[in-house]
Amino acid sequence: MSDIQQAAQELHEQFSDHLDITVDDVEARLDTLVSEYKVPLDEARRSVESHYLEEAGIERDDIGRGGNDTVHVEDVDEPEQWVDITAKVVDLWDPRSDSVAQVGLLGDPTGTIKFTKWAKSDLPELEEGKVYRFGNVVTDEYQGRYSVKLNSTTSIEELDEDIEVGDNAETVEGALVDIQSGSGLIKRCPEEDCTRVLQNGRCSEHGEVDGEFDLRIKGVLDDGNDVHETIFNAESTEELTGIGLEEAKQMAKDALDTTVVADEMREGVLGRYYRVSGPTLGRYVLANDIEELSAPSDAEAVLIKARSM
Amino acid sequence: MSQSAPTREVARRVFATEFNDATFTFKESDDERAPVYSLLPTGESANRVFIVGTLTETEDVGEDSEYWRGRVVDPTGTFFVYAGQYQPEAASALRDLDTPSYVAIVGKPRAYETEDGTVNVSVRPESITEVTADVRDRWVVETAERTLERIQAFEDEGNEYAQRAKAEYDLPLSRYREAVIEALEDLDETEEAEQPA
Repeated sequence: MSDIQQAAQELHEQFSDHLDITVDDVEARLDTLVSEYKVPLDEARRSVESHYLEEAGIERDDIGRGGNDTVHVEDVDEPEQWVDITAKVVDLWDPRSDSVAQVGLLGDPTGTIKFTKWAKSDLPELEEGKVYRFGNVVTDEYQGRYSVKLNSTTSIEELDEDIEVGDNAETVEGALVDIQSGSGLIKRCPEEDCTRVLQNGRCSEHGEVDGEFDLRIKGVLDDGNDVHETIFNAESTEELTGIGLEEAKQMAKDALDTTVVADEMREGVLGRYYRVSGPTLGRYVLANDIEELSAPSDAEAVLIKARSM
Repeated sequence: MSQSAPTREVARRVFATEFNDATFTFKESDDERAPVYSLLPTGESANRVFIVGTLTETEDVGEDSEYWRGRVVDPTGTFFVYAGQYQPEAASALRDLDTPSYVAIVGKPRAYETEDGTVNVSVRPESITEVTADVRDRWVVETAERTLERIQAFEDEGNEYAQRAKAEYDLPLSRYREAVIEALEDLDETEEAEQPA
């Protein structure tokens, strides 16, 4: 197969759901550009794609790339991937914006993931508790947290089956070797439904705002073989460090500096061993349960092993 | 905006005996800023270490500006820790901490050649915090386990770092197994001594 034929076939696949065209139509268009007008193939491909997009009245982002992988929820670890997924609608939330038709949580045995269905995509209504096979959804990432977006090319097929949904909960342990920047006393954007952490008083979405104080730790647990990034919310940060929000604000006020809070926290917890469990969000484990690990109990067993080697 | 975060280097667990033998360092690429790894004699690369021990001595050895040296002792030997103006938190920890005290240190291995050609290995700390005896004991057992795991995997097929360790060092693995035993026995005795008769 020539490069032109190959490209024609791929383009045809992308548009076959939207337009009544044949591979030959596509090939003829490509051939005219490449052979007659000496346009490089990728440029020709782009031009033909634009032509069909316009004809179909859809956006470039709305078309698939063909030949998707069927994935599980836990496998979603990269943004902008076109995938197929079979999952149950675990939860439906109220959309915050008119551009969103439905938003909520999809689940399969490996965990749960947020989904967004755009209003303009004009897709059928999803029902909570039902299992669907979604073809051609695109993955997205925000602050280490993944989601899938349904779009006008997404196929939705209701399945007559039930799925046991996993909770992505994980337990990790190790020495707390780092408390990363963005930890301690932070300020969040006060705009409704925006909880972004402010950088120098600015929200990346809403610009300069009067932030609201919050406590958080982004910590790294390391067991010598693997590292696990964990997030402690205000409550678990207080449990971990003994420093609550009001105390943290007072500390910052006294020092005229918010960074003193994270410094004080570092002193109290770095280098100690913890076991933490909670749901996973992307590469983070949310620390719902925290246990400080004390003296070892298995020294004798390790000694026996060492002697027997 | 969605760039994937770089993978963080794991902090290896290594006793002082082995750490101080790890005089060979290397990079995985030619890039000037590529991370430097020290090659552990039990066949592992280490860009970061986590150590817990007794801080026995601190001294400002700097000439023009403060440069703190700490001696941190584990059951098998002594780690040398250096912190200067580019590690301000660690330097002030060394300035302020009392000796002796138990400390946990996360840091990078550094090797430098002295004028007489011997290579000294030290730790450039990212953080130093005071911890309890329980944390120290836990670290000793954990480090013993990790060291034994490396020794067990040493002859595994395709263990690249073990191959390099064989080529770079002429050191018997039994040295590190004995260090493990020594460390655990030492722990055992401490525990017995602490228990009332």
